[in-house]
Parts: sequence; structure tokens; C-alpha cells
Amino acid sequence: MAQLVHEIRASYAFIERNFNLVKRYWGWEVVWMLYSIANALSITFIGAGTEAVTGQKIDANHLILYLLVGTLVWHYLSVVFDQVSELIAWERWEGTIEYTFMAPVTRFTHMVGQTLFSLVYGLLHTAIILAVVALFFQLDLSEANLLGGGMMLVAGSLSFIGLGMVASVLPLLFPERGAQMTHVIQALLLLISGVYFPVSVLPGWMQPLTRLSPATYVLEGMRSALLDGAGTAALLPHLGRLLIIGLVAIPMGLAIFRQAEMYAKRTGKLKRSG
Amino acid sequence: MTHRSQIALDVSSVSKMFLKSEGVRWPWKRNGNGRSTVMAVNDVSLRIRRGEVFGILGPNGSGKSTLVRCISTLLVPDEGVITVFGHDVREEEMAVKRLINRVSVEASFFKKLTPMENLLYGARLYGVNAGEARERAVEILIRLGLKKDAIYRPMEEMSRGMQQKVAAARAFLTQPILLLLDEPTTGLDPRSKREVQDFLRELREKHDATILLTTHDMQEADALCDRIAILDEGRIVALDTPSGLKARVPGSNGHEPTLEDVFMELTGKKLVEDE
Repeated sequence: MAQLVHEIRASYAFIERNFNLVKRYWGWEVVWMLYSIANALSITFIGAGTEAVTGQKIDANHLILYLLVGTLVWHYLSVVFDQVSELIAWERWEGTIEYTFMAPVTRFTHMVGQTLFSLVYGLLHTAIILAVVALFFQLDLSEANLLGGGMMLVAGSLSFIGLGMVASVLPLLFPERGAQMTHVIQALLLLISGVYFPVSVLPGWMQPLTRLSPATYVLEGMRSALLDGAGTAALLPHLGRLLIIGLVAIPMGLAIFRQAEMYAKRTGKLKRSG
Repeated sequence: MTHRSQIALDVSSVSKMFLKSEGVRWPWKRNGNGRSTVMAVNDVSLRIRRGEVFGILGPNGSGKSTLVRCISTLLVPDEGVITVFGHDVREEEMAVKRLINRVSVEASFFKKLTPMENLLYGARLYGVNAGEARERAVEILIRLGLKKDAIYRPMEEMSRGMQQKVAAARAFLTQPILLLLDEPTTGLDPRSKREVQDFLRELREKHDATILLTTHDMQEADALCDRIAILDEGRIVALDTPSGLKARVPGSNGHEPTLEDVFMELTGKKLVEDE
């Protein structure tokens, strides 16, 4: 019991620390929020402008919603991925990595704290963007299965937490450029997951790759739920796949991180600042 | 083994080597291309008794910090065994972490956060209750000479000396039974240095702490340490009480020998070469 209290306390240490950091870097948070809103609006306006560009009659509302789901889901998953994968990069930048790694805290507890914060932060961020974008467009969500959409998002978070853990190894192994390398993973996922277009338009040789990305399943499920009003039962195959990927990705991420940590301790890479 | 063991720290034949990059590494060339090795710690053995203040003196690059990192589980030694109150740092990492804390020469903090926020973060990681931590943090910081309003201002607004005091407070807050102090008073003015040193004495007397102190400051080592090891190029060249070390060299010009004289006699170098 005492051990559990210690682990909960330690997990909360990361949540509270990150919250304090967000509070102190509020200027950056405002800039980041503005950027995210402008980005979401720019992409969503592509839907509104397609008729004018092509000169052909299309279902603009459907396209707007299609792009909006892609933008918001991608934003949320990216925030979760960034928060988890920047676990090391942040501490290197602040110079606190040795202190945190010397503390009597399991890496699992460390990750739990970091990921809980990332989920709350990601949901709040995405909700604000949705609220602002909704002011610009007449969004018809009367047929949408919002609960099902939410379930897809939560299930998708698990696999992105696992992927984030794997990516967080890069700044541990490559102190100078590791943080930038994580962006390559994000860019590849963006390409193969059908964030702004159906994956069916990708070349045949890329099709198997689209099935490797958990974001593909999140987006397919979300669009079924929000655009087509698919019932929760119809979403179960997507949810099942996401849960399986998450259940594999999180332990795998932890195991890879543990190995990388041992390597860093053997080679002295914890000390070096990026 | 229990924490009641009389041997606080046992370092046995520990060595640590690093690869050092030299120029460009080409992947198609053979091993060793663009790299050389540096022996940071070379077959070091020492034993620290419970309640002892043990000093390690040595110039920059002598291996002091590497040895402290090995003890504090941040580096894995290539050879040898380190135990803290009977717990092997490799095999029982978590048990060792619960018993130690470290103050490094760089006061590493979240600089936008206040000392209180940084200390609370540290305290929670070590399982200290937040209410208790808040009270003790204020007590320790004031005892170390910080003004109360500074406790709630961002660390980045503080001088390096003040930051170093907060680093010391962060370590003291978790009440470690083995405290690893890696040049804790470097950069402090004489008054601050004395405040930290007085607090260390108090910690030892009242809280039964064992202290490993690395320093360049010979007066500090002389005043605080029960025994001192002199480290040069990763090797221990002498280990004795301060008076025992000084007795090894003859006095000159009618003066008692100092630890600096001892170091020069044993290694042919000055202790502080680049300061």
C-alpha cells in the first residue's frame, strides 16, 4: 500500500510539474494555440473553397467535416505523441534529466504521470480549437455518434502513447538531434494515415503501410462515427484493433525505453546536453 | 543486509571508460575510426563508514564526478562493484536510489519554476508528503540563507550561488542517509559557503547522514572531512585522514604542509590548474 501511495505521489509530481511549466510558459502556450487554430482553420477552409477552385458542385459540408475530423484528430494525437516523446528532450533542455533519472521512481510511473498530463492537455487543446472553428462553419453534427468518436480517440491515445515512448528514445540516444528525429516519425504517420485524404488514393505499394499506423484506424472510426453516424457496435472492429495495438505498443515502448536508458547509462549519454 | 550496516558505501575495483569522438566518423571504416578511449575512473576502491564525511580531492577531469555518477546509478561501471548500505547499485538500483541524493556542480532546475515548485517536485519523487515538504523546504531554505520571498520567485531570477543553495536544500529535503555532494560550494561566496558547510555539519550530527564530498576547496575538505582520497587521472593516489595526508610531506619555509602540498608531492601537479 505504501508503495502504491509512493507511485501515485510520484506520478502526480510529473503532472503538477508539467502544469506549472505550462503556467510559466503561458506566452508560448498562447502562441501555440493561435498557430494551432490558424492551422485548423486553413485546412478546413480548403473544404469551403473546393467548389470555387474546381467549379463543380460538391457536398462542401461533408468535405469540411471530413477535413475538420482529420485536423482535430491529428492535432490531438500529435499533442499526445509530442508530450510523451519530449519527455527526454524537455529535461535535457532544462538540465534536469540526471536529477529525474536518479529519483526512486520506476519508468512506468514516470510515463504514467507524463501520459496522463498529455491526455488532459491534448483534450483541452483540441476542445478549444473545435470551439473556435465551430464559430466559422455551420457544423451539422446532429447525426454524429459523439460517444463513439470519443471512444475512438481514447483508444487511439493508447497506441500513440506507446509510439511516443519509442520516439522518446531518440533524444536519449542522440542528444544533439534526437528531438528533431521524432518529427520524421510524425511526418511519416501523417502521410500514411489518411489524415486529410482517404488512404485509398495512395499508391498500391503504400497501402500495406497505411494498416500499420494506428491513426488510420482512429480516423476511419472517427469519420464513421461523426460523418456517417455509425453506431458504437459498428465501431467495435476499429476499437478492437486500436486496443490491441495499444496493448502491444505501451509495453513495447517501455521495454525499448528501458534498454535505451541502460545504453545511455553505459555510454554516459544522460549527462550530455543537447 | 540492512540500513544499519556500518559500511555506508563500498566501492570495489571500479573502472569506467568512455569513447571520445575525434573528428568525423565514417561508417564504412573499421572500428575505432574517429574515436579514442578515456579511462575516467581506473580501479578505484574505497569504503566509507556510516556517519563519516569522506572527501575526494582532485583536479578537473580526475574522475570525481564520474565516480559520483556511478554511485548515484547514473552511470554503469565497466568493472567493479559498488554497494550502498549493502545494496548493489546495479542489482538493486531502486533500493539505492531511496537511500541517496546528490548535489551536482551544475544546479539543474526547471528555471521558470520557483524554488518551492522545484523542491515539491523533488519531494514527491522521493515520496515525501507535500504538506511536510512545504514546511521543511521553507525551513531549510531559510536556514541556508534564502530570503522568504525568493522562495516563490522563478529560479532564473536567482544568482548561481542562490541556485546552488536551493540544490542543496532539494537534496537535504529528502533526508538521504548517503549524501553525494559533487562540488556543492563551487561558485558560492565565502558567507554562503560557510552556511552550507555549517548545515552539512548539522546534517551529520543530527540526522546521521553519511556524506561523500568532492571538492577543489582544500580548506573545505580539511575542515569537514574525516578522511580524504586524492584522485588523479582516475586513480586514487592517497587515502588518509587530513592530518595523516599532511604528515606525508615535509613542511616548507616553516609552514605546516597543506593538502595542496600533499597533492603536488604525490602527483607533481597543482590541484586547481585552470581556475
